[in-house]
Formats: sequence, C-alpha cells, structure tokens
Amino acid sequence: MSATLLSASISIAQVFLALAIICATARLLYGPRAQDRVLALDTLYVNAMLLMLVFGMREGVTLYFEMALVIGMLGFVATVALAKFLMRGEVIE
Amino acid sequence: MNHAAELPVFTALVTAALILLGATLALTGSIGLLRLRNFYDRVHAPTMGSTLGAGLILIASMVLFSALELRPVLHEILIAVFMTVTTPVTYMLLVRAALHRDRGEGHRGEKDRDRGHAAAEKEKDRNSS
Repeated sequence: MSATLLSASISIAQVFLALAIICATARLLYGPRAQDRVLALDTLYVNAMLLMLVFGMREGVTLYFEMALVIGMLGFVATVALAKFLMRGEVIE
Repeated sequence: MNHAAELPVFTALVTAALILLGATLALTGSIGLLRLRNFYDRVHAPTMGSTLGAGLILIASMVLFSALELRPVLHEILIAVFMTVTTPVTYMLLVRAALHRDRGEGHRGEKDRDRGHAAAEKEKDRNSS
C-alpha cells in the first residue's frame, strides 16, 4: 500500500520535473537576450537538483543527496559568474 | 521500491503529498518562465520552484529517510539553507546586470510595450535617483 502510493507519486513528480526541465530548455534556446538564457540555465539547475533528490527517494539511497548538493553549489557559482560577465564583460577583474 | 514496503501508511501519505506539491510548484515556475512576456516578469516565476518547491521536496526527503532509517536524518537542511541564502543573491545580481545592459543599449526594458515597459522604467528611475 505505502510502497504503491509512494511509487506513484514519485513517478508523477518525476514527470513534472522533466516537463519543468523541458520548459527551461525551451527558454534557454529561444530566449531573446542573454539574461533570459542565464535565468533559464539557473532554473534548469534547480530543477535538475530536485530531480536528483526525487531519484534518491525512489531508490532509498542517500548518495543522491550529495549529487544534489554539488549541483546546487555549481549552479550558484555558474549563475553568479555569468551575471558578473553580463555586467562587466569579464569574470575576474 | 521494496525499501518502502514496511513504511507506515501515514508517513508515505505525507511524503507523497509533499513531493507532489513541490514538483507542481517547480513545474509552475518553469511554465511561468516560458510564458511570461519580458525578462523582468520572467525573473519572478522560477523563484517559486527554487524556494518553496525545493523546500517541500527537501522536507519530503527528510521525512522519508527518517522513517526508513529509524533515526532523524536532517542533512537536507544543508541544501535548504544554501538555496535560501543564494537564490536572492543570484537573481539580484542577474537583474542588476540586465538593467545595466538595457541602459547601456539605450532602450528601456525590452521591446514589449505593455506593462513590462512601465515596470522597467520605474525600476530604472528608482535606481538612478
């Protein structure tokens, strides 16, 4: 009973997060300007992180948590670097 | 999914509800990112997924692993704190860069002429005063 319930809800959540990633990818490809693409990339990172966490819950393994943590940190660093690049034209001054 | 077979039904119910709600919020934010009309509108949408959506899924993960391992598993708080701290910083830097670019190119906001234009203009005036 509880396994079926959890399995069904995790499957639906995975489909939702995959659709969210597809939406972010569409914005990444069509985004008219560079800031739209950076925003889409940040959303893509967050959605991928959530998908990792949901994968971990499906498998019952806490290893996926570390992957989610690394994805979150790299996403933050990447977005800040890109925003700084858009602002100044160079990352490290 | 055989690790969840001996899980109490109530715990499974709570976890399932939290996961579904979080994933729905993330999807709503991404659809908003795709559908809204200009950049300053679009910045608002993904924050829903990256704060509340992520928070709900992290709470679901905490509840599930605490029930599975029969001890409090709270390391998901790391991601929660990190997301809460970094999301505003990221978006503020990004919007500042966008404003800087818009001003540098001489056109206020984007080419959309409706309410996004007025919002961008107000933001610009507030920023320059």
